Amino acid sequence: MKPSESPEDQSTLEMVAFRVAEQDFCFDIMSVREIRGWTETTTLPHADSFVKGVINLRGAVVPVIDLSDRLGLGRTDPCDRHVIIVAVVDGQTIGLLANMVSDILSVDDDAVHPVPEMVSGKVRGFVSGVVLLEERMLRRLDLNSVVERSNPVAA
Amino acid sequence: MTFAVSDEFRDSFFEECCELLEAMQDGFSLMIDGRENVETIHTVFRAVHSIKGGAGAFDLNELVAFAHRFETVLDQLRSGKVRPTSELYLLFQQCGDHLSDLVSAARNGTDGNSETEALLLQRLQAATQIDLVPSTAAQTSDDDAGFVPLALEIAPLTAPAADTQHGWRITFNAASELFTSGNEPLPLIRALERFGPVKITADLSSVPSLDRLDPMVCCMHWTIDVETSETEDVILEVFEFVMDCAVVEIQPLTGADLSTIATPPKDAGSTGPDAGQQAPIALDDRDIAPSAPPIAATTAGGSASQTIRVDFEKVDKLINLVGELVIKEAALSQKIGQQQVAHDNAVLLELEGLKHLASEIQESVMAIRAQPVKPLFQRMARTIRDAAASTGKTVRLVMEGEGTEIDKTVLERLVDPLTHMVRNSVDHGLETQEDRIAAGKSPEGMIQLTAAHRSGRVVIEITDDGAGINRDRVRQVAEEKGLIAPDDHLTPPEIDALLFLPGFSSKQEVSELSGRGVGLDVVRSEIEALGGRMSVSSEAGFGSTFTISLPLTLAVQEGMVVDIAGQTMVVPIGAIKETLYATSATTHSIGLGEKMLSIRGCLMPVVDLGVKFGFRAEASDLRDRVLLVVETTANKQCALVVDALHDQRQVVIKSLETNYCKIEGIAAATILGDGRIALIVDPEGIARRATDFSPASALMAQTAHSEGGALETI
Repeated sequence: MKPSESPEDQSTLEMVAFRVAEQDFCFDIMSVREIRGWTETTTLPHADSFVKGVINLRGAVVPVIDLSDRLGLGRTDPCDRHVIIVAVVDGQTIGLLANMVSDILSVDDDAVHPVPEMVSGKVRGFVSGVVLLEERMLRRLDLNSVVERSNPVAA
Repeated sequence: MTFAVSDEFRDSFFEECCELLEAMQDGFSLMIDGRENVETIHTVFRAVHSIKGGAGAFDLNELVAFAHRFETVLDQLRSGKVRPTSELYLLFQQCGDHLSDLVSAARNGTDGNSETEALLLQRLQAATQIDLVPSTAAQTSDDDAGFVPLALEIAPLTAPAADTQHGWRITFNAASELFTSGNEPLPLIRALERFGPVKITADLSSVPSLDRLDPMVCCMHWTIDVETSETEDVILEVFEFVMDCAVVEIQPLTGADLSTIATPPKDAGSTGPDAGQQAPIALDDRDIAPSAPPIAATTAGGSASQTIRVDFEKVDKLINLVGELVIKEAALSQKIGQQQVAHDNAVLLELEGLKHLASEIQESVMAIRAQPVKPLFQRMARTIRDAAASTGKTVRLVMEGEGTEIDKTVLERLVDPLTHMVRNSVDHGLETQEDRIAAGKSPEGMIQLTAAHRSGRVVIEITDDGAGINRDRVRQVAEEKGLIAPDDHLTPPEIDALLFLPGFSSKQEVSELSGRGVGLDVVRSEIEALGGRMSVSSEAGFGSTFTISLPLTLAVQEGMVVDIAGQTMVVPIGAIKETLYATSATTHSIGLGEKMLSIRGCLMPVVDLGVKFGFRAEASDLRDRVLLVVETTANKQCALVVDALHDQRQVVIKSLETNYCKIEGIAAATILGDGRIALIVDPEGIARRATDFSPASALMAQTAHSEGGALETI
């Protein structure tokens, strides 16, 4: 499922690119509500380790997911330099903890490639494609799968 | 009547009807209880009269017709021509119910129950000897005009004129210097009203536009028709002092003119309930109709509780904003506190003032949403009357604490569960009259509805004086339905609690009233969805009491801010029975790590919230920890361990589920002064799990898994 995919007639995609655990990721900019600095979260009981807790986003309670931990790339020890990308997925507002936001890209459709077969491991389940851009390779994040299993208690 | 009334007016008419019907039912209750006074009957009369008047303006003929007859009877009672009896009062109450039905029918555009109406009218006629059933065309047309009583009151004054149909037309052309000579036309016209009904036509043709108007000059001319037997000279005497600054002409009236005075044109009344004031004869009724059922008084009665109608969304938005204000204010004080300002600093003083203001604003805004439970109780009174009638039982309803206020949303969502419960009480709770007499009780059953504020919650009790819960029967049914095993040992309260289990319905035959396949479990889940709790207590032979405890509001809560393993959390104050320090004398270990607290001979499980929420591995030492004793609705107690108490404050409730999911043991979240989120503990849920021993209550816990989801975000 690729929620961030634009209509087919549109040849370019606007993506927000960011770094998590020394790797480049991106997703459709339309899902992004805002990008903010790291703020201390309130720990939630019985939550998965990658759920850092909740923050107050102008009166709303928003959970923050440690993307690195979520993707199996090790837990983040957040400091002031980390950022929280606030995104809306399926009507839910969530915060995604990343090392930094690098840039906003216009990506041609044909620059998006399927995930190579040999990629295995946890990451594969969360990446819907790869974007090749000059020297860089960005993993296109599938936000739905990031959120889906992060609510194990939700029945 | 042909004039378009916008839906807005219609709506406000029906809203007003609700208030009037409430006042009317109040009056009847007072009468039935024998606590009525002179004012009571007037209030009831005015209520019915206003409904009639309004209904006339909206062309609701069915409603007008019934209200008119009802009003006639009430008027006779008011004037002492009909003897009040308790049977009559009960009949009135039923008529009141029918009137409510007609109002709802009119609102929904449906037809009322004409059979009921005919029956009621017959009974009214039989009881009062007033001729009600035939209704002349003239009467109905008057009703339409909506100002019948005024016309009626004028009638006796015109009595002398009745045999000598007589009247005068006076043309009163004031000269421009009328005002400067110290004269005023209004008293003159009023003076004419003393002679009989008058019809005044003002000629405004010579009134200039506003920018050219000289307020010192009288530009109006009047034609006044007065129906009277007085002579021309007597009439002219009125104008004696203005003769030199006005031209007054007088001529006798013809019969046709006269009839227009007696029956003012229909469209005069079409402007609504207070049309009387615009009807020609009622320029000012203070002087002419001392005994008139004053239209002015009706309006005054309506405005006794002055209200404005506001869109609910606006209030909610305001509440939301005030919540944010309180949070910001707390953030500000925290920031200033960190600046290490001297204690006598003026900023701190100002801040203190701001704090008070903010919390006062919050309270006032919350109060907007709060509404008295009275309309709800009155609805229940109706339900009980209907239920009693269909089961053939006589039921006396006692209401207490109707003034208790509760959040409007909660109130609205209480209607269904409460209706179900009072029906249950009449149907299952109370015995039949024969059984009651056999048990040595009064044949009249009693149901009591009580509302009260208790420790930050609203408690509503439904008590009946019936036979109480038949525990053997309940147990038997539960076993038959496989809800419990035959060898389960259950205490009486546990057996009572079985009633709330899904799939339990003890009455064998399905009755018309409560047996609709909806059990108390549905009622209970509805109450729990409101953040409420339900419990029942019962004594064989003396009746049962169902208790519903509800939060005052869904938006804020009084909470104790506590520290649990370095996490700041909030425990709702309402749940805390007492707080104490843990000592080795009072806490005992049972088994592996299980601890019990004993106070005043009472043993209860100890739950370390830090462990419960996974913030620390093990409950190490309880020394210096604080114990919060909480109690569940099933009267089970439990001690929660926290590390420290901080302070007590109002917290704004925020939902966790919007963006996350439900967490066991957590009711909701809130935002603290520093802008961080604190979780609100769900003591009821935790205590319930901690005290769950018996299979029945374990089953109950399963069904009650949603109690924390009760809290709504604002």
